[in-house]
Amino acid sequence: MPNKNLAPRDQRIDDALDTAGVRHRATLKQEWPLLLLLVFVWGALWQDFSPGNLLFGAIIALVIVNLFPLPPVVLSGRLNLWYCVKLFAWFLGQVIAASVHVAWLAVVRGKQTRSSVIAVPLRTDSDLIVMTVGHVLTLIPGSFVLDVDRSSSTLYLHYIDVDSAREVEKARENIRDIERRLIMAIGSQDEYEAIKNECSPRVRRKKEQP
Amino acid sequence: MEIFLDILVAVLLILGCLMSLIAGIGLLTFPDMLTRMHAATKPQVLGFLLIFAGLAIHLRNWTIVPVLIVAWAMQLLTAPVSAHMIGRSGYRTKHAAKDTLFSDELRQVVDKVSSGSATGAIPVVDSQDHEQDGK
Amino acid sequence: MIEVVIWICGSLLALGGIACLIRVVKGPSILDRVLALDVMLLIISAALCLEMALNRHTDYLLFVVAACTLGFIGSVTVSRYVSDQRNA
Repeated sequence: MPNKNLAPRDQRIDDALDTAGVRHRATLKQEWPLLLLLVFVWGALWQDFSPGNLLFGAIIALVIVNLFPLPPVVLSGRLNLWYCVKLFAWFLGQVIAASVHVAWLAVVRGKQTRSSVIAVPLRTDSDLIVMTVGHVLTLIPGSFVLDVDRSSSTLYLHYIDVDSAREVEKARENIRDIERRLIMAIGSQDEYEAIKNECSPRVRRKKEQP
Repeated sequence: MEIFLDILVAVLLILGCLMSLIAGIGLLTFPDMLTRMHAATKPQVLGFLLIFAGLAIHLRNWTIVPVLIVAWAMQLLTAPVSAHMIGRSGYRTKHAAKDTLFSDELRQVVDKVSSGSATGAIPVVDSQDHEQDGK
Repeated sequence: MIEVVIWICGSLLALGGIACLIRVVKGPSILDRVLALDVMLLIISAALCLEMALNRHTDYLLFVVAACTLGFIGSVTVSRYVSDQRNA
């Protein structure tokens, strides 16, 4: 029986259960993005987007979702398409830059490469943002998540080519920049309000210099 | 126009395959397992993007683009899962050499929690544990 | 033109595959081997893509999708059950 008087942070651990300890079933309203995705995958695999095929795909998606129920993914209810596009473009640029960097390290530096395990406490409370930040930074070569502390939203990452205290700080700043961009794109309204006046580290450094 | 597209295809395919070669080189030259994992992520994201783009342009076939998008998106969704699992169990089971690390901010937390089992579901660290660590 | 490109790409992939194979043989830990085999799977998928480009067909497309989708299960399984022999 989960305690009803948990602090908001601990309650996240029990979010798959309701107050009576019964497992939540996601409603159709919460699940439509998943259904849409499944229908798209079905159409793509058949290479056929005709209405009949999509209808059959939708039926199969409904059957799958009802046969293998998952705890609901609680989205924040806010989605800024412009920031999503910006995030994706920035992600691609970041992936290319980091790939070149890691390639240079692999070919030139080799055995002398030093890396660090750093702890990055995130500002957000939401599981979704913590998960997506971890996902995005793992996809960018040069950093990946070793461990997550859910109760304090802390990511422990392995970061390549970090061999001074200054670079540790810089790496931490980069991760917080990913977090900022993700909150701008899909974070909840409160978190967006709290973070929208922040600028990226590069702009901040430029402002501080003169 | 055709020749331009052909050159684009050539550049995309060769760069994509270069990513796989660099991943192989990285696997050989990096000093410890956790660093080698960075090399393994490279062909998964950028390499496949380039190869898929090259393939779609070369075949001049729009119906395969959604399939390639699905393949790439699946790669994006699943690659971090295995990276996280390998990295985590490598770190916790001491398979990964740690003498090449510059700093290690996870060690005290793990030492505190995983004195029992080295693998499997590691209990969640309470925030209280952190506070005691600091004392 | 495309034949030359495929030859270059194939040699790059082969060199990458040989490097992975060396890492699989050298180890030193099982996780290193799993990681190298993971990269090997990616190289094989890339080779399938190259073959499709060379012969202008799309027959192997679903193999590539399947490899991309299910490739992570092997390494997750191994790393889930790997244990610390030296400290056990």
